Amino acid sequence: MSVLNKTTAPEGHVERKAEATKSDKAVAGVSHVVLILWSVIVVLPLLWTFMSSFKSSSDIFASPFGLPTVWHFDNYSRAWQTAHIGEYFGNSVLVVGVSLVLVMLLGAMSAYVLARFKFWGNRFLYIMMLAGNTFPIFLAMVPLFKILQNIGILGTYQAMIATYTSFALAFTVFFLHSFFRNLPGEIAEAAAIDGAGEWRTFFQIMLPMARPGLASVAIFNFLGLWNQFLIPVTINASGPKVLSQGLFSYAQQMGYAVDFGALFAAVTVTVLPVLVVYIIFQRQLQGSVSQGTSR
Amino acid sequence: MTQPVSGTTKGGGQAAAAPRRRKKLTWDKVSFMLVFLGVPFVLYIIFVISPFIQAFIYSFTNWSGFSPKYDFVGLSNYVRIFQDNLFLKALGNNILLLVVVPLVTIVLSLALAVVVTVGGSSKGQVKGLKGSGFYRVVSFFPYTIPAIAIGIMWGQIYDPSNGLLNGLLRAVGLSGFKDYPWLGDSRTAMLASMFVIIWGFVGFYMVLFIAGIKGIPAELYEAARIDGAGRLRTAMNITIPMIRDNIQTAYVYLGIVALDAFVYMAALFPNAGGPENSTLVMAQQLFFTAFQRGQFGVATAMGVVMAVATLGFSGLVFLVNRLTGGKDQELV
Repeated sequence: MSVLNKTTAPEGHVERKAEATKSDKAVAGVSHVVLILWSVIVVLPLLWTFMSSFKSSSDIFASPFGLPTVWHFDNYSRAWQTAHIGEYFGNSVLVVGVSLVLVMLLGAMSAYVLARFKFWGNRFLYIMMLAGNTFPIFLAMVPLFKILQNIGILGTYQAMIATYTSFALAFTVFFLHSFFRNLPGEIAEAAAIDGAGEWRTFFQIMLPMARPGLASVAIFNFLGLWNQFLIPVTINASGPKVLSQGLFSYAQQMGYAVDFGALFAAVTVTVLPVLVVYIIFQRQLQGSVSQGTSR
Repeated sequence: MTQPVSGTTKGGGQAAAAPRRRKKLTWDKVSFMLVFLGVPFVLYIIFVISPFIQAFIYSFTNWSGFSPKYDFVGLSNYVRIFQDNLFLKALGNNILLLVVVPLVTIVLSLALAVVVTVGGSSKGQVKGLKGSGFYRVVSFFPYTIPAIAIGIMWGQIYDPSNGLLNGLLRAVGLSGFKDYPWLGDSRTAMLASMFVIIWGFVGFYMVLFIAGIKGIPAELYEAARIDGAGRLRTAMNITIPMIRDNIQTAYVYLGIVALDAFVYMAALFPNAGGPENSTLVMAQQLFFTAFQRGQFGVATAMGVVMAVATLGFSGLVFLVNRLTGGKDQELV
């Protein structure tokens, strides 16, 4: 095919389709090799983990490759029940779910007011919000532990939800601030003229208009909170474990012991749901990354 | 305070010139502002701002975290941690991570992003490579995986006898690596850990850079082409300068990751610190000092040192970007 292309039309080619020159082909070839290599480096560990999650420990010891001699689906039931991964999964869904709804609501509320209303102290509040984003979280963890203890909610769902919500606020406000700022003002004005109060204007007009921005932030908040490790390990040591924390303590308990199949199953259970959701929604997510960077 | 009539205070039909007129303060508006700012900021101040402020204060005390009493001890916590060999070792390891991880991650993800976006034909429209969507999606996988799962997974991959890595090496005939403990040998433990972190972030920054590169006007590339610039020159003189702010952002975030690295090290090394403490990081020391030794004062001082290091690094990145001509883009 390449030969044909090259011989037919050096000049005066009717179709304005660009042709690939020799160097183009070489570059494209090298590019593909590099990209395929990286893709393999990314995918191979995941496939290997997935495959190993169906093996017995003796299969794993026998060879790191190869299909399982017997498919041990029971690895999953042991991971789910004996290792309590199911319970941790449920805790994560609850904590992350509630925190996500709260942070999106509260974040949108304060971002909206900060972005669209002029009042004394506005700038100060906005900068205070941003400041929380610049300090590393671990600095706050030790005093936070104490604060939660003093309030009397250390080790409860409420403590986790309050902490997750608060720490995700800064990013949410920062992102939505510019989003609300760029929404056209006329519609809100029209609503005001029609007699809608501030509350109605926000919930029935501005919030729905901000949906694309909200979706992007929600995706990133979800990933950030679902994958959060430092917060639960420090302030939730005695509380109902979330998935990342539970997976860690399970791996720790195992040490060098026996049940590798179940460990791989536990990792797979942790990895797979989010990965599948990502693959389904990857188009929207890629869009979010570009939105997030364009400011 | 409240005016009885809104809007039409100035007689005449002049419809609002300013987009945001001064409105009367109604109950609707007051309650709206109070709730919309009050609730989020109360939460934020209690759970985020006040712990940060308290951390600074506690770092000057001998607080144990358990007794309600504590005394101010001046700078002695700071003196103490800078005489603590273990903490200094951890600091050194974090600096090592800081030097290697952001640089390698950014170079790698930038190279992949450039290849994906402008690797296509050198004639006609500036085009990406065929199948670039596939590579982008696959490369992004690790970002969706919790860091703790990444760490545990790689801990198994590096396993001396049953791990994927040594299995592969044996399969290609490198029998010297039979049973080689990647994470158990102080010469390789740090490198192996760095690779895990890099593996986890390359895809995300690749996608970020791709988004940045797509925002570059195509005319710039076409002009460069007409001037006879090759691919490498185009990448160096157009692509990288145009997305330097994205690169700056990436550098700052990866620096924060490298100065933390807690989750990766915790997952990869069940015995904290790894062989000869070659992978011990400050956050681990902080964690043990606070929650196992009960020295909250000392631990918060460590936290402050980490915060200062992080802010200092971010400042340095901004400074370098500014000094090398960021913002006012000089295009060739």
